[in-house]
Parts: sequence; structure tokens; C-alpha cells
Amino acid sequence: MRWGVVRFPGSCDEVDALLACERAGEAELLWHGDRGLRGVDAVVIPGGFSYGDYLRVGAIARFSPVMESVITFAREGGLVLGICNGFQVLCEAGLLPGALLPNTGLRFLCGQVELEVCRTDSPFTGACPEGGTLSIPVKHTTGRYHAPAGLDSGQILLRYAPGHNPNGSEQDVAGVTNRAGNVFGLMPHPEHAVDPLIGGSADGLTIFESVRAHVGDLVHA
Amino acid sequence: MSVTSSTPKHRELGLTDAELDLIVEKLGREPNEVELAMFSLMWSEHCAYKHSKRLLRSLPTEGPHVVMGPGENAGAVDVGGGLAVAFKVESHNHPSAVEPFQGAATGVGGILRDVFAVGARPIAILDSLRFGELSSARTRYLLERAVAGIGHYGNSIGVATVGGEVYFEAAYEQNCLVNAMCLGIAEQERLIRSAAVGPGNVLVLFGALTGRDGIGGASVLASAELTEEDAAKRPTVQIGDPFAEKKLLECSLELLELGLLVSLQDLGAAGLTSSASEMASKGGLGLDLDVARVPLREGGMEPFEIMVSESQERMLCVVEPERVAEVIAVCAKWETTATAIGEITDTGHLRVRNGEEVVGDMPVEALVDDCPLYDLAPEPPSRPLYPAPEALLDPGADLRDTLLTLIGSANLAARRPLFQQYDWLVGSRTVRRPDEADAAVLALPDGSALAVSIDGNGRRVACDPRRGAAEAVYECAANVACAGGEPLGLTNCLNFGNPEKPHVAWQLTEAVAGLAEACAAMNAPVVGGNVSLYNEAPDGPILPTPVVGIVGRLPDAARAGRAGWAREGDAIALVGELRPSLAGSELVKLRGEAPAGPLPELDPAGIRAAHDAVRDGVRAGAIVSAHDIAEGGLAVALAECCALSGLGARLEGAGEGDEALFGEAPGRAFVVSGEREALADIPGARVIGAVGGDRLSVGGFEITVDELRAARDGGLAAAFA
Amino acid sequence: MRARVLIRPKKGILDPQGQAVERALPALGFAGVSHVHVGRLVELAVEDPSRLPEMCERLLANPLIEDYEIVEDELVEGATAPGDARPEVESRPQDAGWTPRGGNPQ
Repeated sequence: MRWGVVRFPGSCDEVDALLACERAGEAELLWHGDRGLRGVDAVVIPGGFSYGDYLRVGAIARFSPVMESVITFAREGGLVLGICNGFQVLCEAGLLPGALLPNTGLRFLCGQVELEVCRTDSPFTGACPEGGTLSIPVKHTTGRYHAPAGLDSGQILLRYAPGHNPNGSEQDVAGVTNRAGNVFGLMPHPEHAVDPLIGGSADGLTIFESVRAHVGDLVHA
Repeated sequence: MSVTSSTPKHRELGLTDAELDLIVEKLGREPNEVELAMFSLMWSEHCAYKHSKRLLRSLPTEGPHVVMGPGENAGAVDVGGGLAVAFKVESHNHPSAVEPFQGAATGVGGILRDVFAVGARPIAILDSLRFGELSSARTRYLLERAVAGIGHYGNSIGVATVGGEVYFEAAYEQNCLVNAMCLGIAEQERLIRSAAVGPGNVLVLFGALTGRDGIGGASVLASAELTEEDAAKRPTVQIGDPFAEKKLLECSLELLELGLLVSLQDLGAAGLTSSASEMASKGGLGLDLDVARVPLREGGMEPFEIMVSESQERMLCVVEPERVAEVIAVCAKWETTATAIGEITDTGHLRVRNGEEVVGDMPVEALVDDCPLYDLAPEPPSRPLYPAPEALLDPGADLRDTLLTLIGSANLAARRPLFQQYDWLVGSRTVRRPDEADAAVLALPDGSALAVSIDGNGRRVACDPRRGAAEAVYECAANVACAGGEPLGLTNCLNFGNPEKPHVAWQLTEAVAGLAEACAAMNAPVVGGNVSLYNEAPDGPILPTPVVGIVGRLPDAARAGRAGWAREGDAIALVGELRPSLAGSELVKLRGEAPAGPLPELDPAGIRAAHDAVRDGVRAGAIVSAHDIAEGGLAVALAECCALSGLGARLEGAGEGDEALFGEAPGRAFVVSGEREALADIPGARVIGAVGGDRLSVGGFEITVDELRAARDGGLAAAFA
Repeated sequence: MRARVLIRPKKGILDPQGQAVERALPALGFAGVSHVHVGRLVELAVEDPSRLPEMCERLLANPLIEDYEIVEDELVEGATAPGDARPEVESRPQDAGWTPRGGNPQ
């Protein structure tokens, strides 16, 4: 499969995401100023500070040319994964429910967290252990998830394990999908947990492998 | 430093009468307003190093790995595989004392620019911080804001902060130290220098717009003592914009990759004045520039303000005329303003125009090279310089309570409350993060890795500047050895008080001599650095604080060392000759004693042998944990290995009493662990105990690992509550 | 037309910045402070002020988590000090219990 990783001028983790995607397929960067997604099978919106994020995290990025294409792609059922700032951008773009607010501790926080996998019948968690946990790092200042009224608990794919909620997220939400299940956003960084030598855990790779398996199934179906 | 209206202009700008006379002689006339402003900056301590240049010449700067030595924006060493690592440490002390968040943030921004100005992609930041005692509200404010500022800049631009150090001493109460080190990676052939080349080539300014930020910063903030009136200096502090710098970074690297630049230089202290004249000076050429073409953020700026503005996130490059359009197009892609503001000439003069009018015309040599250099008048202090600190440890405390107090003290407690505010992950290279090993370890593409550390110990240097400064080099190299690394090069930042005072001159002279000896002994050439003088408050100078950063290399990232114990049942050994001393130690500080007393003689050959033994053992896998014995001595080093791993240890041959357990000998000796048989092959290793159980048993007392962890974790956490 | 847009956390949304300020003020000796909220101020000049609410809805604020309030200032250089120009206030409180404060002393 082919991944596209969006690059905004203030992206920070786009190369990390690209390297992680290359462990589960082919991958290329998609420039924020370009329209069109070059036929990729799945899109990653990586972490960083897209356009500086001075107004509000993710607020400007959603109006970029590439995001117009991503929004169309998502509405047509394409797979979109938003990590950290990418999650914030997808919420601002209305592709995911809810919003992200400053951490209750008000500080940037970098550390390893344990995540509970809530369901494994999604394109993004199919390769994760059923009822298992993932050890993946977080690093953000604005990661407190605010759930909109009426959020279906079935949309919650990952929760912070007890004692691991780093930011005060409601219902310990670490990652949610849209109702259709093809757009997924999470605050933890699976792309930083793909090599045991770097970071001590390769649990994040299962997210990328889940997508690859799902795309492969579609191709072979 | 109050200035009355009757003070002559040149003195207001920090120039002496004799210096003004020399300027008049060089120009053959009185300087005008623009020229005087430019001379005052170029002849300031910060730019001209007029009190330290002669001393710095004694530092060794050559070695087999050096690709680019002092004098460029950053030095660089060969790390194999056609790659070079560029690195440098720089201070932003005075701006941080005035406005800690922006001061620290722009300190990080400045050192990042130094690294990408030589064509290297920044991959890691380390910082070295000094504040007053944590009991002071001002200290807690400075700490909180400086740490937030470092994180704000580094996290936002996407460069990992992988290490650092912080200490709290009353002597830094008024003058905190914020030193930031950055390293970047480049293909060797892509490294670029700053010398202007080719008369007729075009000078292009790109990056942020120019405003009134930091006008006079280099002379006002960095070259004079701070006083109570410093709140009034706040308007001169620059504001950092990491988003602008991110675009500038990507834009600069893309311009280099496309081969569009002849030379490149960042704008830092003294802004356009310093950058333009340094480029011209290094190329032995002249240049003409037009301030009317400089894009401004605010209207009505005078020519001298444009020339001295310290607005952040700007770069200056030299471009062949036919490629200017391409350069501007690449900058536009990165939403970065780029403007041709002048051209290279063969006149040897820096000419400043404002449209058609020439507003300044100076020989480049006069600006850059003719600043008088001053000899220091060193004299050892006749009386102790530093008052005794408040006693925090009951004189009757037993060894157990002593260890718990030490490991929970501000200087030794866990640094997690700081480093968890930094992104140490970005870049997917961080093999060892803070608290995992004595040095940060960063993977390179060929499977090898860099080991990087930054170190300094003001109290030991206050006891004996020569040996104390040498110890800083040995300790930093020891950290690198614990990770399995061999030093390739070194950068330093010399933080001292007012060099015009004989006792500070003595500290500086002795410390530089100690650094030179130790760098030579460890084959660690100095590839660049920075001097920060006048760190002085009305009640005295800061502790003399040479900070050193070492970049080393290890052949196999997968074999990088760790500090904490690895396995139950491993033997624990001491490597190296410990020779502990309580002079300037954490223990005597907690007992309320000022830093004083002689430090033990150093044995460079023996120290080097110990480093070699540990490095080789780590690389071979015989040593599975390695930690240097530094502040707090052997007992604290053991306690740290327990706290980091969660495993206990039982020691038999560790010695007894204060000096053996808590005496310090930075850089000389190591605590290592591994299989007993494997350790037997490590030269000079002496087994003193074994890993295992849930407690540390040493010197006739026991403490559970949980107690150690609680004490160590609590020390700084309260400051960030 | 010059305008100011005041953006603040919606009622019921946890506002740790406001709480931090509320905790810090008594520590500095300022007693009797409550209901502190920290928001943002956007100043702008617009040709067509009728489009301001749309700008707020689409970009300047996130209606899910933030309330905004538009304060239009007269376009008279130097004549508008907050409070004495009696600016027209257009706000969009989501919750009846939430009283906009900007421009309305007490």
C-alpha cells in the first residue's frame, strides 16, 4: 500500500511518520500547498505545529489546499490518521468529533503512557491485541480531549490506562474515530514507538500494520 | 549603570575614551551616529572577546576528526560515513535574567541558527542551567519560565532536547545562567562557511522582518553587570518565533541542497552589523548594503537601528547574481521574505547606504580586527569570595539520613520535572534519553551513534579554578565513556564575572589553563564556544562556571551503555582511582560550608585509562551498566543506579565514613556492573558488591529502593507543583 | 471599522489557565478574586463588520469549546478608549447563565 504524509511548514514529526509508514508499505510526503493526494491509499496528518498554531491548535491548517483534498478523500471513505497536531487539525476540520484543550497541568508533557485498546474491529486497530494495552509516548501541551454531547462510546478506540491519563482527557480518551470509522485521531505518537532501540517499544507499529492489513484486505476482497 | 544625559554618547554605548580615540584614528575623522553604533557593538566584549581572546588561543583546536574549527558559526567533526556533526554551546544569561521565557527561548533559537548556518540539520539540544537557591521565589520563577522557554522553542521547531544539567547556588541568584548547546548533522561536502566570496555577488537577507528588538542587546545586556534597574531594560529583549525559525531552517537547508548559496551566516547578537562585517572580514573583502531595502516590521526606523536590530530568525547569504531569483523563489515556498540588500565589493570597506545617501563607511578591518585586546591582571582573591550557604543538614545526621537528604537535594534530585517538558523523541534517533544513561545517545544512519553530554561544576571550580575546570572536561568525557563513546570534539561556554576585577581574571585565566590541559589529555579539541563575562551582581560574581559539551561516537547504537543496574546477581565494580575529596562537595554545601579547600591532584594518564576501560567494556558488552561518580560521591552514584533500575545492591568493599561515601572526584572513577567473570577482564576494575534485593546496603546502613526513589523524585517536583 | 473579538472558554469547560490565575492572585495578597477565565483578544480592521460573526464561527473561535464576543470600535483614530466609547456589543452566549463581561463593567 502507499501512504501519504502531509507536510505543513510547521510539521515536526512528518519524517518520523514517514519512516514508520515505510515499515508498513511505501510512503511519500504531501506538501500542504498542493491539491490532490497522488492516489495514496491512506493519509497521515503528523504532529507538529502546522502553521505555528498561534491562534488555536490546528485552526489554520484545516484551510490549506491539501486539507481540502483530505476532507474530500475522507468523505469518500478514505483512511485518514491524525497524530497529535494531526488529531487537532482533524477535529478543527470537522472530520472528527470533539476538540482538544490545554492539558490540566498547563505544561508540555513528554512521557511513555499505557493505552487500552477498546476495540479491534477498526481499520486502525485490527492488528492490536484484543483487550490488550500499547505502550506509546505522548508529547503535547494541548491534548485534553473534550467529547461532544452524544459521543458514541463505540468511536473510542484507545483510552489511557488507569493512572496514565496525562492531560485530563474526558473519559480517558486517547483516540477516537468518526462515525464511519475511516478517520482516526489520537494524541499519543505511534510513529515514535516502532523500533525497540529507539523508545523501548514497538507497540505503535501495530497501528500502521492494522491499516496495511485493512487496505490489503480491500485489495484482495 | 545609570546613565545621565550628560554622558558622552560613546560612553553610553559602552566604549571607553581611548577606544573612541582609536576609532577616530582608524577612520581619520569622527564617526557618525551609524558608525558609532556599529563600532560600539563590534568592539563590545560580546562580539570582540576583548578580555578573553588571548586566553582562548591557548586551547587546543586541532585533532584528527576536526572538520571545522573555531571561527565559524559552529565547529564540526567527522563522524564517519561522509557525515559531519556540527555543534556549539552558547550563553543567553543576561537576557534570561531579565525575561526568562523569551531569554531562554531565543537562546535556543540562536544556537539552532548557528548550527544550520553551517549547513547542518539540527538534531539535538542540551542545556546547562544555573539558578539561585530553590528556596527563593525569584529562582522558582526563573526556573519555571526558562524551562518553559527552552521547551517552547525546541518542541515547536521539532528538535529533540536530549540532555542537560541544572544546579542551584546562591551565587547565581541575580545572574542565572542559561547555556544551550545544539548539534546538527550534515554531509561533509554540504558544510558551508560564512566568508564572503566573489566581488559582484549579491547579499540577500532572508527570514523575519526587522524591528526594534534587542537594540543594543550585545553591548547593553551581555557586556555589563546587571543591577536592580534591569527591569527597565526589558524592551531590548528579543521575542522568539519558533515557527518562523522552522521555515527559515527548512528554507536554508533547501537552498544549500540546491547549491544556490556561496556563503551563509546567521544574524545573532549585533544583528546585521556583526553578520555583514564578519562575512566581509573572513573573505577579506568589502560590502555595500542599503538599509532602505531591509524589510521592516515597524515604520520610522533609523538607519542605525536597522543595522543593530537583534530581531530573531534572520539569515544573510551571498548569492551569484544570476541565482538571486531562484533563491527568492525557494524562500517564497517557505513563506520567508528574501531581499537583495547589497553586494560584495573588493574595497575592504563596509559601506552602509540609505537609498542614495551613504550613511556609514568603515574599513572592515577596523570594525572586526582592530578592537583593542586587553590583558587581564589576574590575582588570586585575598579573602573568600562566596558566603557560606544555609545549612540544610543536621550536623549530627547519620550516614543514612545524609544519603537521603543528598539524593533529595535540589542539585541531585531527579531531573524528570524538567526534562518531561521537552520533546526528546522527535527525529527518531534518541537511543538513550535523559535518566537512562550518563550521556544522551543518538543513532546515526549507519548503525553507529553519537554520545553527547554537557557538564560544569561551579563549586569545584570556585575551590580551584584550574583543577575544577579540568574536572569538568573529565566528567563530561566520563559521561560519554559510560555510554560507550569516544570524544571527537568539545565546545565550551565560559561563564564568569567581571574580568576587569583581578580575582575574576585569575579564575578565568586558571580555568582556561585547566581546560587546555584536560582537553589535550583527552584528545578532545575545542571546535567552538562562547564566553559570557560580567555575570556579576552587587554582592559579587557568579561561581566561575566553565561549561563543556562533548560529542563522542560509538560504533554500535545497539550497544549503548545505561546508568541503572541491568540484572539481579551482577557484580558491581569500581573502575578508576576514586581519590574522593569533600572540598566543594554537595555534602559540605548541605552542612553550610562555602566552597573552599584544595582539590586533589589530577592524574590525566590514569583518568584516561579508566575512561578507556569503561568505554571498551561497554562496547564489548562486558559492562552492562556504567555510571560516573560525580556530585554526592560514591554513595549517591550507587543510589542513583538503584533508583534508575528499581534494583537494590549490597556493597562490601565501598569504604566507610563521609569522605569515602560522599567525597567527590568528578571524571575519575566509575561504578559499573556486569557478570563477575566479565568484569575481571576490565583493566583496573575492583569488585565491591553485587546487584540484587530491594534495598541499597552500603557503609553499614540500608535504605530501600522505594525510599531512595521517593526522596530523589520529590526534590524538584515541588518547584513545579 | 475596527473591532475586537474576545474569546473565552465556554462555561462548563475546564479552564486550567483561569484556575491557575485564580490560585496565584491570593498568594500575592489579592484577596476576593473569583470567576477568573483566561481567553484571547483578536484586534482587527474590517470593511464589512457584518461578516465578523462568520469569521468567528469559522476561524477565530471554536464554537464547541469557546464563546466569543464582538466589540466594534468607532473608526476614529485615538478616540476609542475601552469603556467610554459605549461600543456596540454582539455576543453569542451559548448558555443563558453565562454573562459576557467585556465592555460591561459589573
